[in-house]
Amino acid sequence: MRIMLVDDSKTMRNIQKSVLSQLGYTELEEACDGQDALSKVGAFKPDLLLVDWNMPNMDGLSFVKAYRAQDKTTPIIMVTTEAEKSRVIEAIKAGVNNYVVKPFTPDLLSQRISETLSKAGIAA
Amino acid sequence: MEARFITPFIQSVQNVFSTMLQLPMQIGEPRVKAGKNTGYDVSGIIGMSGDVVGSVVLSFPDDAARRVVALFAGEELSTDSPDFADAIGELVNMVAGGAKANFEGAKVSISCPSVVVGSSHLIANTSDVPVIEIPCMTDCGEVAIQIAIKTNANAPTQAASASA
Repeated sequence: MRIMLVDDSKTMRNIQKSVLSQLGYTELEEACDGQDALSKVGAFKPDLLLVDWNMPNMDGLSFVKAYRAQDKTTPIIMVTTEAEKSRVIEAIKAGVNNYVVKPFTPDLLSQRISETLSKAGIAA
Repeated sequence: MEARFITPFIQSVQNVFSTMLQLPMQIGEPRVKAGKNTGYDVSGIIGMSGDVVGSVVLSFPDDAARRVVALFAGEELSTDSPDFADAIGELVNMVAGGAKANFEGAKVSISCPSVVVGSSHLIANTSDVPVIEIPCMTDCGEVAIQIAIKTNANAPTQAASASA
């Protein structure tokens, strides 16, 4: 299971890495913004992406739209401080499969990952 | 500044500290900040734009900032480390993001955060909005939220509702 973490905060990526490694996921790639992620998805070929919204250079929503133009199926979880209902709807319309609002507990992130992979028919 | 903006920040900062740091927080009485000097050593600053404009600052004394960052990042970091600033920036990002979600009917965007590290640094506010400071206490030490925001009368959605 290859998982890409897209967040401009190294602290947040480390927290997510810690949760993922406790779940047994160790094949991880990191990107610090949407542009960085777009340059890495081709080689890494993720099975799941966790994507922040507010990032410099290219934000998460723009990344999701660009990524969905080339990949319609790989599940994406938006992990963001953007908690308004209108933002969630905007993200889902862009192609996000699930949504986690920061701050989050490790249990909540684990649960969202499991249900996202399950819905996508990917073995966890 | 409208009082309706204060409660969302209190709820958000308590939520961020309890969820990410398992750190309970006691909230003091919000007050209008007099003078410019924060008296703090580390500040995370984030801007708001859209229907609400202004800035939000999360400030700490040096020792409290080090302890909070150690809890958040899982390791002790030097204040001159980029990772230290990253952690403070992410905290203020979550506080501002959580608060704006509870500004009813307002569409607000937040900027990428900036972080200032310096003993008793000065944060000058150029806007005409009074700064409301909310003092908070944790087992790691003191934290303060300084809010200087106002409704943007020129924002498209505000203008639309005004003309409706």
